[in-house]
Formats: sequence, structure tokens, C-alpha cells
Amino acid sequence: MYNTEIRGPLITGDKTFHQVTEDICHPIDRKPGYWWYFVLLLCLGALVYGSWALKITVKDGIGSWGLNNSVSWGWGIINFVWWIGIGHAGTAFSIFLLILEQKWRTSINRAAELMTVVAVICAVHFPILHIGRLWDGFFIFPYPNTRGPLWLNFNSPLFWDVIAIFAYFVASSLFWYVGMIPDLATIRDRTTSKIKKAIYGFFSFGWVGSSQDWLRLETLNWLIGGLIAALVVSVHSIVALDFATSILPGWHSTIFPPYFVVGAILSGFAMVITLMIIIRKIYKLNDYITDSHLNAICKILIFISLIMGTAYATEIFIAWYSDNEYEMFTFFHNRVTGDYNKAFWVMILSNAILPQLFWFKKIRKNLTIVFIISICINIGMWFERYVIVVTSLTKDFFPSNWTDYSPTGVEVGLFVGTFGFFILCILLFFRYLPMISIHEVKGVLKYKINK
Amino acid sequence: MKKYWKSIEEKDKQPGFDDGEKMNESQKDFFGETGKDLSSGNNVTRRDFLKVCGYSVTAVTLVASCEAPVNKAIPFLIRPEEVISGVANYYASSYVDGNDYCSILVKTREGRPIKIEGNIKSSVTKGGTTARVQASILSLYDESERLKGPLHKKNKTTWEHIDEIVTPLLLSVNAQSGKIVILSSTIISPSTKKVYEDFVKTYPNTRIVYYDAISASAMLMANKNSFGQMVIPGYRFECAEIIVSFGADFLGTWLSPIEFTRQYVQNRKLDGKKNMSRHIQFETGLSLTGGNADERFPIKPSEEGMILINLYNELLKFSGTSAESVPTSPDNIKLLARDLWAARSKSLVLSGSNDVSIQTLVNAINVLLGNYGKTIDLSVPLYIKQGIDKDMEDLVRDMEESNIDVLIINNVNPAYDYPEADKFVNGLRNLKLSISFSGTMDETTSLVNYVCPDNHYLESWNDAEPKKGFFSLVQPAINRLFDTRASQESLLRWAGKDIGFFDYIQQHWENNIYPLQNEFTAKESGFRQFWIKSLQNGVFEVPSAPSAEIQHEFNVSIVQPAINKIVNQKIEAGEFELQLYENIALGNGKQANNPWLQELPDPISKVCWDNYVSISPRHAAETGLDNGDMVVVSSNLERIELPVLLQPGQAYKTISIPLGYGRENAGKVGNNVGKNAFRFCKIKYGNIQYNNSINLIKTGEKHLLALTQTHHSMEGRPIVRETTLDKYIINPSSGNEMHEKQQKGAVSLYNAPVHVGYHWGLSIDLNACTGCGACIIACQAENNIPVIGKEEVRKRRIMHWMRIDRYYSDSVDNPQVYQIPIMCQHCDNAPCENVCPVAATMHSYEGLNHMTYNRCIGTRYCMTNCPYKVRRFNWYAYTEATKFDSYLNSDFGRMVLNPDVVVRSRGVVEKCSLCVQRIQESKAKAKLENRLLADDEIKPACMQSCPAKAITFGNLNNKNSNVSKKFEDKRNYHLLEEIHVLPSVGYLLKVRNQPNGRT
Repeated sequence: MYNTEIRGPLITGDKTFHQVTEDICHPIDRKPGYWWYFVLLLCLGALVYGSWALKITVKDGIGSWGLNNSVSWGWGIINFVWWIGIGHAGTAFSIFLLILEQKWRTSINRAAELMTVVAVICAVHFPILHIGRLWDGFFIFPYPNTRGPLWLNFNSPLFWDVIAIFAYFVASSLFWYVGMIPDLATIRDRTTSKIKKAIYGFFSFGWVGSSQDWLRLETLNWLIGGLIAALVVSVHSIVALDFATSILPGWHSTIFPPYFVVGAILSGFAMVITLMIIIRKIYKLNDYITDSHLNAICKILIFISLIMGTAYATEIFIAWYSDNEYEMFTFFHNRVTGDYNKAFWVMILSNAILPQLFWFKKIRKNLTIVFIISICINIGMWFERYVIVVTSLTKDFFPSNWTDYSPTGVEVGLFVGTFGFFILCILLFFRYLPMISIHEVKGVLKYKINK
Repeated sequence: MKKYWKSIEEKDKQPGFDDGEKMNESQKDFFGETGKDLSSGNNVTRRDFLKVCGYSVTAVTLVASCEAPVNKAIPFLIRPEEVISGVANYYASSYVDGNDYCSILVKTREGRPIKIEGNIKSSVTKGGTTARVQASILSLYDESERLKGPLHKKNKTTWEHIDEIVTPLLLSVNAQSGKIVILSSTIISPSTKKVYEDFVKTYPNTRIVYYDAISASAMLMANKNSFGQMVIPGYRFECAEIIVSFGADFLGTWLSPIEFTRQYVQNRKLDGKKNMSRHIQFETGLSLTGGNADERFPIKPSEEGMILINLYNELLKFSGTSAESVPTSPDNIKLLARDLWAARSKSLVLSGSNDVSIQTLVNAINVLLGNYGKTIDLSVPLYIKQGIDKDMEDLVRDMEESNIDVLIINNVNPAYDYPEADKFVNGLRNLKLSISFSGTMDETTSLVNYVCPDNHYLESWNDAEPKKGFFSLVQPAINRLFDTRASQESLLRWAGKDIGFFDYIQQHWENNIYPLQNEFTAKESGFRQFWIKSLQNGVFEVPSAPSAEIQHEFNVSIVQPAINKIVNQKIEAGEFELQLYENIALGNGKQANNPWLQELPDPISKVCWDNYVSISPRHAAETGLDNGDMVVVSSNLERIELPVLLQPGQAYKTISIPLGYGRENAGKVGNNVGKNAFRFCKIKYGNIQYNNSINLIKTGEKHLLALTQTHHSMEGRPIVRETTLDKYIINPSSGNEMHEKQQKGAVSLYNAPVHVGYHWGLSIDLNACTGCGACIIACQAENNIPVIGKEEVRKRRIMHWMRIDRYYSDSVDNPQVYQIPIMCQHCDNAPCENVCPVAATMHSYEGLNHMTYNRCIGTRYCMTNCPYKVRRFNWYAYTEATKFDSYLNSDFGRMVLNPDVVVRSRGVVEKCSLCVQRIQESKAKAKLENRLLADDEIKPACMQSCPAKAITFGNLNNKNSNVSKKFEDKRNYHLLEEIHVLPSVGYLLKVRNQPNGRT
């Protein structure tokens, strides 16, 4: 079990409760630095590009993308899965560590959960925009309707996707928000501005900090947490089923659900590291997000990356072992070698090999390298989805259908736009919300003091 | 409340000052008196003014904004007997366009023709069609390019005005013994020929010149020299055991491809038979026919003569005559000669060359083999091509020398397609009067004084005799859309005959054709009955006795001079030999403005929307050329820039360019698509030669060709399965071992799908399918499939529900070619069905894979999961957007749409439905008539159009149906059967007649 004696203190710098509040609320109280406005501007630029792409997609049609008769899923689906993967980690992080009673999660979970919520919002843009008749998209929801008594096809993984993602989004946002209520109340109580008081007051739901409040909060947290634990596994497994239930070589594989879940955790944790290093750097929260935190995540990454490597190897082995010529072709002639081998090897290098460097303590301690590797993992995970979607579709059963695929500016624009949105949300989060869970950190702090 | 008063009068309420009362009154009579008051300008109160203002503004707004578009759906007051709303009428007619002929049925719905079907009653075409025939219906509705009325120097005029001017002019020219020339395409219409004769009677100085852009003049001349008859003989491919063709693309474009395809496949299908014909092709570029050949030899155009001489020589040896010593040809043809000799009188040697010497030699060979009267029939000649190049040459010279006064141009476009078009255009300037009957403003028509637009053939009365004794009628299926007039009618009027062309045809038939039969003999009504019967059938065929007995004397003395001529021919300077050919889609370019044809991928190269330079891959590797490199093709006189296509099977150091492209006045679709290669044709040896010597220079620029298939190898996958005849005879399931294995090994956890009543299935005989592409266009016409344009095809988004995949095997220099039509396979265990979240694609009880367009939201999951990739997505609003400006965004163009098939909107997935509308129609009909469906009653559009009858459709639940029998055939297999999707489409594997140990 957990032992701080060995681990060392979770929060360094011998903070008092008051100091914790001050430190974390510091960015909210003050005007942000120039960098904040500069990044905001960049985000807005990305959003403008994204909006233009959105307009073209909606107005002209999916024809503005680089898709064709053979490759009818492209960047849209790649980005969707990628964002869902990112969005996976935050909640996975909180929930699993919560269930495992890993107290060190407290200083990271808030940001990680936000990342989840925003990433899921980014992700759902893609399947929505990617459907041909946006205006009839509601057909996908099961509700009593006047179109015959027309129900859905419950066999379709795409429908499961809708349910899984919707449930995951609602639960994740609730979890994130509920955990934030006491902190919102703290800001409400601290602020001198009437407007802020009103706004934070509204969103803190009249929290007074009574024992009953705390009791209910804890109960709710555990309840949602328990629920999400299942959703965390289900959401990406179901995304994986989109591929696994199809018959395409390279997709038709039972390994996909666990492989996708683990892949998502890999990309999500990498994104958490990226974000934490940035927060540490900018807001000097080294005492809260300590080296040992990052160290712990890096160690987890080693393990996850090993699973990923095994999954890749298994896929290739099974393709060979099956002696199925289509599978063989997809893996050996269109992934390991062939037109798309660069993407494949970027994927292997970034996801299976680079994280193995974390075996070395020196590397784990060097935050620059950790940062670079975390970015690499995210790129690598993007390429994983690229490899899966594009290689299987460009060259499937009939050579007559073989084509190439490259995205257009519109597809790129949508991706850039979601990036803009993601970073914008994080900027706003930095500015207006406590980026570390004050009350939970205090809980851990107390733990230490009472040792 | 206190009362305040303005004046004493008011206070005392004196008459005339009661404002309140007046107000009430004006309110009461708002529409009456007050109006009058207003107009008189008196006593207008502020409130009245506002009221009237408000009223009128509201009224005006209402009236102005309520102007809803008026949709004129006027029901028939008295319904014409033959028109039932929602029920199609079929009219037998004929497609006649210069050198193309096809007997057809025109399907009309609510008075508008929407589809062309083959007419089974014709024994020439037997219900087959070609892509061009299928597409011709679209040109009827080509509103933007068809001329709307007669023109005088490009200005609108009236027919009366034209007649008032033309007739006296013609008379005066004739009186001064000036020269009048009718320059016409080949006319296979006996009545039209009669009209020409009548015209000549009135104007004796008239000369008639027949001109074919793709000419068979040499053949006509050679037959005249050889047999004294200037005809093209009829061919009987079905009687030939060995077919040797030298560059004649008889399955694609040569003379009468529909007829030849039908005959050819009779000996290629293996329904219960164990023998098939052998087909050997010598040619330069890989043609559709070459792709179907059992053996193919790529040769340079200049080598053809030499090979023929050697072949002739070898055959002479067999016949015991002393052979002459001639230079040896590049290919050893001893074995070929032996096989030919063994199959005497059951063989056929053909040449597509337009060189009299070569055609003479071919005749000599066929005579030597005793093929006349057996596989070649001089007594039933083809009238498809009648143009003599010499006549045209003379005409152009005369025109240049101002010896011609009047030129009447009918259905030809020499300013575009004549090799010396410049001379022709110059000559046009020397005329007193030039008249064109062209229905569109083509290159030639834009240069003439008077344009008298002819009707579209679907608006006309006409007749045809494509082959001696095989008569055919053309009847209008719609009233004239524009102010056009039949060319024959114009000529008759100018010739002073006061008779409509319809009556004229009837007269002609009564006098000349009616006597040829003895079925209808009643004195009074006999002709009427005959006429109605012929009109109903579309054809009348003279029941003639078998003519095999008639022997034609062959003039042997002309052979030696021909050989000498060939031997002495010198190849012109120039790096490469160029072959020019008409391709399947555009032919001579007349229908270049037809978007369906422009988007029909070439059966071999799979390129559409462009012409290109085919070069052999070996040659390309040596010169550093790659697909899409722009090159300058130049001869002594001409130069054009075209992209390169690496064409496997192209003879080394030769290049081929399709004709029919590069039109400048075709219309918005066809203008400047590709380059005009007719300029490279040359007049040599008295005829137009479709080859030349040219140089190639790489420009360094790149061009992206619109290809629908870019990978050409099957990668060893069992897609087109094949065997050889020898193996097939020993083991009928040879080459199909996988199918047996699958059948035995197929195990499923799930119950096999059960189909109650019908289970529709389709079988395609790969031995019969030539890959001509008629089905693609038939499907496009039937199912309202949009045209998407070059840019979208480049992005690999072609919408065709039916595609024909073409694969190569063996060497790049001379590959084997495989054609396989692929449409939705209607899998009983369809992978597309279970992944659609909104249940837009479902399985029917009859085994069809249905697509519900208005349920589809376009997730494209079905497309990714379809192993055949036959599903198509409406990436843009192809049927509406102005960006796709071909025909679907104009009211006229939309008239071609089939009302039984939904026009798909943007964002919807579509695919082959096995023509479910036809299935439903026939089922309903059978039910109404209280009977079971006959086996061959339902014909999907692809099956209907197929000239080879390679497609069979029917009920798989009925074990006696044709399709069930085909499914039981040992050759039957299913595509990707190993992934257990259980397709309802079967293929009969390809058998090639390649004797073992031969190359």
C-alpha cells in the first residue's frame, strides 16, 4: 500500500493550507502574461482556419475532403480516434488512481479531466462533420419517431459509439465539474469582484463546506467514479469495434479493443505529461506537480508502451500465422514495407521504442527529454490511427480499387481548428478555474502533516 | 370630464362641423365613399391616410411575396389511349448515325424518351447495343448545344425564308450548269438515298460524295478489284474456328461491332460445349479485341503487310502452288499458316487497314482458305461504310479550285476530321452557297452560310438497311423539341417535291420493300398491315435463301502487284510509328459533347475525359517517360501536345492516339477535351491512312490523367479465374479448385439465409464478356447515375454502379488481359448491412441488398466495409450543383431521368440495385395477370444492353432457371467467396484457347 515514507512528500515546500489556496488561485487573481494573449491569438487563428474548413465541409460537402470511393474514411476518422484516445486518459487517470487510492493523483487529476472533456468535444466534431447528410444526423439517435416506426440498427458499432461517447462525455464532464465545486466556492469566497462572486457563486451551487456537503460530494464522486471506470474501458473498446467488426484486412482483428484502450491510455498519459510540464513551467507549481509525479507517469508509460509493442507484434504475427493472403499483404506489403511504411515505422518508434528510454532514471529526470518523448508519443499515436485507417483502405481486396489518399486543406483545417479549440479551452481553464484541485491537495497535505 | 371646444360652431354642434360623426362614417364606408374622397383629395384625415397606406402596403407586400412558382402539372383532359401515367411505352426504332447502326426500342415515360434498349427482333443486332447507342438518348436533350432553328450566317431565320432563298439559288446554279455537291456521311437509309436521287433528278449537276471520317474505302476498292463488287462483305464469326485479325477491332469499333460481338461469343461461350474458336490478333495498340484474343502479337503498322505476305506465301505452299520468295516477316507465322490451313473454310482473316494492297492480300488469303461463302458472305454485304476517300479528295480539290458552287453537308464534319481540313475549310470560302444539316454548331457548320438543323434521330422518321435485305425503321419517340426539320424534308422541298418524308418513306416501302415479302398480300390493306407490323417490330428482314452457293470470281492477277506495292513501301522518316484509332466511347468524335461517353473509361486504358499517347513501358523506360508526362507529338506538318500513358501490350517503338477528341465546337462538355489527332491522318495510296511517322519530345510538364484504375495486377489473387481449353476439356472445373474447396469447407455458426419465393441472382460469363462497356452506360441511363467530370474522376470518385475491372498478367510487353464486370454482389451475408447505424441498407426477402436513400445519413461505414468497393458516395451535390454543369442541372437534361429511380442527393451512398424497379414492375405485371414470372422476364439494364449476352439474371430458388443452371456450372465461382459473404452474383471462369506448348 501507499507509503509516503518511501515515496517522500507528495507536495513539497512545506505548504500551509492558506499557501496552497494562494498558490493555486494565483493565476486566477492576476492578469495573465503576454504569452497568454499570444497563444490566445494563435488559437483564434487556428479557429478561423477551422471555421473556414467547417463552412466548406458543410456548405459544399464531403467532396472537399481528399476521400474517394475506396478510402472513404480518412483524416476525419483518424482524428476522431486520436482525440478520443487523448480524451481517454484524463478520466482513466483519475478513476483508476482513485480506485487504487493513489493519492498522488490529486495534483494532476483536475487538469487531466479537463483535457478529457475538451478532447472529447474535439473528437465528436469529426464523426458529426464526416457524415454526408449532417442535417439528418439525428437519425442516429434511438427515439420514437414518425419515420415509419423506424428504429436503428442495433448491430452497428457506429451506434454503440454514439451511446458510448455520449455517456462518456456526460459522465466525464460531471466528474470533472463535481470535483471542482468546493474549489469554485473557494474562489467565490476569496474574490472581491461582485461579478466574479456572482458567477462563481452560481457555479458552486451554494457550497458552504458543511460536513453534509462534503459527505455528499464524496459519495457522488465515488458513484460517478465507479460508473466511469466501466465507461473508460467501454468507450475506446467500442471505437475499436468500429474497426474490429468490419471485414477489412488490418481491421478485422479481435485484439483491437484492448489494444485501442491501451493505446488511448498511452496517448492520454503522454498528453498529461505534456500538459503538466507546461503548467509546472509557466505557473511554477513545482511543489504540487513534483518530479516524483512525472517520474511515476513515466514509469507507467514504460509499461503501457510495452503492451503496445506486444500488440503490434501480435498483429503482425497473427497476420503471418493466419496465412491469409489479404492480411499478409496489408501487414507485410503495405505497412512494414510499401507505400505507407514511413507511417508504420514512426508509429513503432514513437510508441514502442522511445518510451522504453524511461527505463533510465536520468532520462526520466530530464524534463526536456520527457517532454519531447511525450510529444513523440502523441504523434506516434496519431500515426497508429493513420496506419490502421489508411493502409487498410487504400489497398484492400481488389487491386483495381487501390488508390492513394492525401488530405486536403479542408481536412487539415478541421484538425487545426480542433487544436485551436483544445488549446483555447486550456487557456481559459488556466485563467478562470483552479487548475489543481485545491481541496484534494489539501487532503494530501494534511496527510503528510499528520504523519 | 370637462369638454373643451375649438370654436363656437363645434360647441354648438352645427352641421358640417361634426368631426366625430364624419370619422365614423368614413370608417363605415372605408372602401366606398372615402376612397372617392381620397381621390378627390378632400377631407383626408391623418388616420385615413395611415389606414389606406397600411392597407395598400400590406396588400402589395402580400401580393408580391405570394408569387409561388407555377408548376404546370396539367392533367390530360382526354387521356391519349397509349399514355398511362407511370407505365412506360416502348417504340421500336433504329439508331442510325453515319456508320453506327443499332435496332432499338425507345422507352418513353409520359411522352419523353428515357432509355434505349436493344431490339431482340433484329437479327443483325439481336438486342445488343453499344455504349454510344445507349448514350445517344442524352444528346436529344442537349439543349445548350442543339440548334433551336434554322440559321443564316449564324443569325436566326425561318424555314420559309431559307426555302425562299435556297430553292431559286439552286435553280439558278443548276441553270448555269454550276456544280452542286451533297457531301454526306454513309447513308444506309434506302429512302434517303431515293431522296438524293430525286434531288439529283431536279438538279442534274449534283454530285453525291459519301465521306466517312473513319473510312473503309480501301476495303471497298479492294473488293471491287478482287470481285468486281464495291461492297463490304458480311461476316460470320460464328462459323469461324480460327479468327486472325490484323488490327481490326471488330469487338469494339470495326464496322458492325454489335453484330460481330454476338457472332464471336457464340463460339466463345461454353454452355455444354467443349470447343471454342481460336482468336489471334496482330495489332499495334492494345485494343478491346486484342485484349480478348487467345494470342496477340504486337506489331508495328508497317509490319502488317509483310506478315500478310508471309502468311499468304506459307498458305500457298500448303495449297501446293509454288511460293514466291519474299522478305521474312518479324514474326514466324508458319504455325499460324498450318492451323489456318487445317481450318480451311472455317477460318477468317481480317484487316482493319485502309490500304488497298493489304485488303487485296487479305482477300487473296481468304480465297485461298475457301472462306468466301462460308465465313465471309459477299451476297449479304454490309452497307455501314460507303465512303470512297478518292471522291472526297477530288471534292476538296474541286472546292479549292472553285469548281463547286453549292455544297450541302449532311452529318459530316470534315473541318474537324478530314486529314486535310485546312484545304477543305479554304474550299468552303469559294462556294456560292453552303448548307449544313447538322443539328449542332460543329466545326464545319460554323463555317457555312445556311444551317438547316436536322431532327435528332429520336424525333425523326427514317429507315435503314445496314446489311442487304435487313431493313429497319426509325420512328419518332417524341415531338420535335426545337424548330428543326428532317434533312430529307429540306432536300425534297428544294427538289420541288411537295411530300413529307414520312409519306415518302411509306411510298418507298410500298413500292420497293413490300413486294419483297409474301406474308401480307391483301390487296387493299396488305401494305398497311405490313407497315404496322414492320413498325412494331422495328425491322423487316427479307427471308432470303442461304446464299452460300454463290461463288464469286476472284481476280488473282491483282495479288502480285499488291505484294509488290507492299514490299516497295517505304517507311517515312520519323522516330516512331503512330497508329490512330477510334476508341469505344467517342468513336469519330461526333458524340463528343455527350458527358456519359466522355466519362466512360476506355475498356483497356481505363482513362476517361482525355486522349493520350500510348507508349510501351519498355520504350518509356528507355526514354525516361512516365505516366502523365506531356510530350509533343510532331510529324512533318502537325504538332500536338498530349500526355503519355504507359500501355502494356503496345508494340515497341510505336505510339497510339485515340481519335475523336480535341473538338473545338462540340459544346460545353466536349470542347477542348484532349487534342485532335485527325490531323495526323494522311492521304496515301489513295486512301486515308490512320498511321503516320512521328517524333516525340518530352516537354517536362505533367498532366494528371483521369484514370479509374491505377493498379493492373491481380497480385496473384483469385479474382478472374482462368483455365485453358485443353485443361477444361479434361476437367471442367479446372482453374476453379478453390470454389470446390470453399463449398466443402464452408461452415457457419449461423443458419443459412432463407429466401422465400424469389432469390435473385446474376451470373456473368467471363468467356462471353468482352468488356465493351455498353452495360456501364445502360446502367447510368437506367439508374440516373450522375456524371462528375474529369476533376472528380481524377480523385477516384466515379459514380458508375457497374464498373469493368481490367487486369494484366504475364509480360508487360504483351500481357494477357482480363475483363471482369463488377457491380454490387448482393451478398446474402452482406458486410455492409450490419454496420449501417441507421439501417439504410437492408437485405430483402428476395436476397437483394437494398439501399434506402432517404434513410442514409452518409457515414460511409458500408463503403469501407464493402470488400468489392462497389458503393458510391455523393461527395457533392452532383445532380444539382452548378459546378457539375453537364446535364443534370438543366430542365432539358433532367428529362432523361428515369422517374422510377430516385435521384440521389448530396451525402448519400448509392449502388447497384439489380434494377429493383424492373423487378418490381415485372412482378406487379405478373401478379395482375395472375401468373408466375417467366424465367427471362426480368432483364436488368446491364443484361439488356449486353451485345454478347454475357449476363444472366433470374431466380436462384427455381432450380430450372437459367441462372441456377449457370450457378451449377463447374466454371461458376464467386468473388471473394473465401470471406463468406455469400454473394448472389456468380462468374463463369475464363477459358482461353491456348494450345499447350505454344506461344
